[in-house]
Formats: sequence, structure tokens, C-alpha cells
Amino acid sequence: MNRVVLEKKVLSENDRIAGELRERFHRHGVLCLNLISSPGAGKTSLLERTLEAFARNTRVAVLTGDIQTDNDARRLARSGFPARQITTGGACHLDARMVERALEDWRLEDLELLFIENVGNLVCPASYDLGEAAKIVVLSVTEGEDKPLKYPSIFFKSSLLVLNKIDLLPHVPFQIAEARENARMVHPEIEIVEVSCTTGEGLDAWAAWLAKQREQVRAGA
Amino acid sequence: MHEMGIASSVLEAVQAEAARRPGAVPVKIAVRVGELSGIDPDALAFSFEALVAGTDLHSLKLEIETRPRQHRCQDCGAAFAVVDYDFACPTCGGLRTQYIGGDELELLYLELEEP
Repeated sequence: MNRVVLEKKVLSENDRIAGELRERFHRHGVLCLNLISSPGAGKTSLLERTLEAFARNTRVAVLTGDIQTDNDARRLARSGFPARQITTGGACHLDARMVERALEDWRLEDLELLFIENVGNLVCPASYDLGEAAKIVVLSVTEGEDKPLKYPSIFFKSSLLVLNKIDLLPHVPFQIAEARENARMVHPEIEIVEVSCTTGEGLDAWAAWLAKQREQVRAGA
Repeated sequence: MHEMGIASSVLEAVQAEAARRPGAVPVKIAVRVGELSGIDPDALAFSFEALVAGTDLHSLKLEIETRPRQHRCQDCGAAFAVVDYDFACPTCGGLRTQYIGGDELELLYLELEEP
């Protein structure tokens, strides 16, 4: 019997492509952010509110992943900024090759901010590096406050937790302090903002986080 | 449920390695799955069995080594596995501990029978 030591990542091919993408984003000074949540937590709503607040000349674009339909890209394109759908045709996550293909005829030098809205799923997207500068996990108050403990991988790998739909807090049993505590238990350094995409409450904190990330990219470029 | 995709990637790695060793028969592939990898070991094992069934690699075994979250104590330097989100150092009781591992999804080794 011969034993061959392999010592490499299972997703090394995905990681190779993600590494190339990250290098391209860096070279062109593009901040790429990967938004992940369960279905219906409000990724698209958050992006709609974010895009509508940007000045018309902001160099921002969105890639949005779904298993079927281009509904989200059509919703986001109303903002007037470029939005492209990635239809995975069954896959429960985006991978780096899908992103690479979707970017094929986009000039990265024309962009400074790229949002990738992943397929609604708290599990699988966590395993696939897309070359992003940061992952952002969105959790809505209509879900359970124990989600960070049940799905530790994505909360561990995300730089920011957006707690969404806080306008509904009076109507649901969600304990927001407990949710924050659970997230910090899994990932002590995670930053947290609380927002409502319906009332606009807290979106200034989200905008400030974004501005800080963009400033860091500008300083590094 | 993306374990089927992960199982395919593992199988592709086996096939690539086997192709470089004509006549060798892959017998066992070992992988390491960290607690924070987002991969369910049982689902991975199930997917892998389903993938190889009925193929010429049907007898290929998948061995999964699971790895809990690992921290290192910044006071005494001890490395330890975290159980139930208790991040205190079991050696000195220190509370300043830092994550050092547990999100792995790695191929470890492949065993082959060579002619």
C-alpha cells in the first residue's frame, strides 16, 4: 500500500480563481463585498436602499445570485446602476468561477465598489471564497437569535453582521441583545449594525461602515 | 446542501492523482473537516458513497477527520480545542485566547494499491 500525502485544500481550484479575482479587485481599487443570508432576510432590500442613497456618479455595480429568475437583478437595475443576475440553475451558492464569468465583459477600472449578493442560504456560501474583501451576513429579526450558534461558519467568516427588519422588533419575540451575544460568541471581533430597510433606521451606521471600507481601499490603492 | 459538490471535488482530486500513477488502484482518501468549515461530515460521507457507487472507484473509502475549533492562550501559550464556545484556557484559566484553526476543508492523503 502506498500513501501519498496531498496536503491541499479540497476547494483549491475555487480558491485559485478567487485569488486571481482578489488580485484584480486590488489592482483596480475595487472594494468587493459578498452578502450572505438565509432567503428573505433582506439582502436585496438592503442593496436597494444602499444604491438609492448613492450619488449618480458612484462607480458601483451588483452581481446577484439566485437558483432561478432574474427578479433581483431587475429590482436592483431600477437604481440605474449596473446589476447582473447570476442564475446558478440549482447550485445553492455562488463560486469563484461564476463570478469570474459574470465579470467577463465588465471593465473593473470603471468600478470602485462591487456588491455580490449570494444565493439565499446560510450554509453553503460560507465555503466558497469569491475574492471579496469581506463577507457580510444579514440576519433578520423574524429569524431565531440562535442562528449564529446553529450556523457558526458564516458568522465566523463575516466581518459585519447586519441585523435587519428592526422595525418589526415590537411584534416578534426576537431578543436582539441575545443575537448580538451569540454572534460575538462565535466571532468576538464581528462588527454589528442594526437596520430597518423599511423605515431607514440604522442605515446611517451601515453607510458609515461602507464608507470606512472604501476609505481603506482608497488608502491601500 | 453543497456536500455533493465537495464530494465531487474530492473525487476529482483522487482521479487526478490516480491518473499520474498508471495501474494504481485508489483505496482510501482522507480529508480533514473543521467544525467551522460549514461542511456536515455525515452529508459528505453520504454524498461520496452515492458518487462512487457503480463506478470503478466503488470500493474507494472516504476517511473524514473532524477538527474542532482551536484556540491558543495568549497568557500561557497552550493550544486547545474549544468545546461549547468556552474560550477560557483549560491550562491556566486565561480568558485572552485567540482562534488558530478549525475551518479546514483539506485533502490529507490518498492510499493506493500499486501493481
